[in-house]
Amino acid sequence: MQRYILRRIFYALISLVLLSITIFCLVRVTGDPAVLMAEPGAKEADLQIIRQEFGLDKPWPVQYVRFVANLLQGDFGTSIYYRIPAFDLYVQRLPASLLLAAVAMAISLILGIPVGVFSAVRLNTWIDNIGKLFAILGLSLPSFWVGLILILVFSVSLGWLPSSGSGTFWHLLMPAFSLGWVFTAAHMRMTRSAMLEVLGSEYVKLARIKGLPEKLVIGKHAFKNAIIPVLTLAGINLVLMVNVAVVVESVFAWPGIGRLLYEGIAFRDFPVVQTTVLLGGVMIVAVNLIVDILYAYIDPRIRYG
Amino acid sequence: MDSQVLAPSPILPDQPAMPSRWQQIRAKLGAAPLIPLLILIALVLTAVFADILAPHDPTVGNLRYRYRPPVWLERGTADFILGTDHIGRDVLSRLIYGSRISLFVAVTAVLIAGSIGTALGILSGFRGGWIDQVVMRLTDAWLALPAVSFAILLAALTKPSEWNVAIILGVVYWTRYARVIRGEVLSLKERDFVRLATVAGCTRARMMWTHIMPNIANSAIVLATLQLGVAIIAEATLSFLGVGVAPPKPAWGLMLAEGKAGLMAGYWWLSVFPGVCIMLIVLSANLIGDWFRVWSDPQLRQL
Repeated sequence: MQRYILRRIFYALISLVLLSITIFCLVRVTGDPAVLMAEPGAKEADLQIIRQEFGLDKPWPVQYVRFVANLLQGDFGTSIYYRIPAFDLYVQRLPASLLLAAVAMAISLILGIPVGVFSAVRLNTWIDNIGKLFAILGLSLPSFWVGLILILVFSVSLGWLPSSGSGTFWHLLMPAFSLGWVFTAAHMRMTRSAMLEVLGSEYVKLARIKGLPEKLVIGKHAFKNAIIPVLTLAGINLVLMVNVAVVVESVFAWPGIGRLLYEGIAFRDFPVVQTTVLLGGVMIVAVNLIVDILYAYIDPRIRYG
Repeated sequence: MDSQVLAPSPILPDQPAMPSRWQQIRAKLGAAPLIPLLILIALVLTAVFADILAPHDPTVGNLRYRYRPPVWLERGTADFILGTDHIGRDVLSRLIYGSRISLFVAVTAVLIAGSIGTALGILSGFRGGWIDQVVMRLTDAWLALPAVSFAILLAALTKPSEWNVAIILGVVYWTRYARVIRGEVLSLKERDFVRLATVAGCTRARMMWTHIMPNIANSAIVLATLQLGVAIIAEATLSFLGVGVAPPKPAWGLMLAEGKAGLMAGYWWLSVFPGVCIMLIVLSANLIGDWFRVWSDPQLRQL
């Protein structure tokens, strides 16, 4: 078990190193990092000062070591627009993103799991077909368009919900639904296939032979086992939600990480953009590591495989 | 008398008529989703013949005709069937020219992603060893990147253009091909015909090209069809955020971003029509991809 965990941590570290190298190189291949760090329209002499100050005149390997050393000390650069450390900005915005992701996740599970279960139990009936339609629509509608249509219906036509901003529960509903939409489809598909697999297994057959009422067979025996992979997926998706919310947050002016990224692009605030992408990567690597370790803990076959 | 009995009667109800060519094709295709297929064909035709089909110039507006609603509403004119935008450009013409951008970016992105992913997948699965380790660690690291933010970062670093968007999406989305193809190659490698090729003294390059490639082509095509929808949505997302295709080009995502300003004032047609186009295309690509996956896999077909 220890060896397995150590190996997984090692792989995660490799991922992080590759991530940092990728971003480091991309910035230098596509342009001059000094220009990105300076304010737009800076003079050549000022750029020269920046280059010296940040060591950008040194060879790449030296620069990379410095880049990583700074990151490890929590120094992600200073926001050009807000003039405070980019990392602090990120931490300030994180709670709003987490709140949005949590509500979006709740919506996606509340809608996705029951539809998935019913689709599997009533295989190839109209319920299943509606579920399939639902799933394919989830994959085909861009989240920002869902957001725009929601604004059109609930803010412009009906006037029920505020179209942007934050503060109250009502502000949360539309962005959370737009964000949760794609994931609802994913959770539904996962629930359906997990249920189908469990329903075909021996112990469910045994429970039926034993004469248990169908409600108990599905609700207690099958559902409890089918829900495990769905919850794992949900855990990973929660982290993804924080990181893909950029479009939804920009549509609804929700003050989270995504909005920060969007502003970073709009204001040409490169340190902020870089921080958002890097920390997003760290979060995803971390959650994958946790899931790997949890799975190994539950299932010894993975540990010794 | 005898000859009459032996002669085939002119009407034989249970003898099936020779199936026509069309019926043969139809039977072969099975339950191909016709409507999605037609939508995609229409998309390609629209993109090719945009110059002939579009009634107006997509980038030139007339401020006298700002915010005209679609033709069936009050104030709508037959001249602008789907209405006009904030500087009086014809929405229909912009949608027609926009299909070109969507199609070009999506197909190019999928080709780039598919080439990188398939090549790495075959290399990794076939060679194994340290090459496999390096490629798979690279894939893992790439998967750890938040794809949307990463594409945005890249797009923000480069000049906005169709080519750049296509290249960015190709570079971001190759991992799925690499994973799937590697898995298939691993099992193909153990099959007899590949072993025989080894015995016959084929070079590794030749085996990868003539023995492995044709056998993974189906999976690659299925993935590519399904990824087409992902690429179209990703392009629209980048354009919507202002880092994709640059204005005044009529990319659908860009039209949605521009239409957002008029949303609260009730100019709904600017936000609805481009979205409907994206939805129809992505939906069709997904349905055809799903169908093709089942059709190309005999094991699934018999079920």
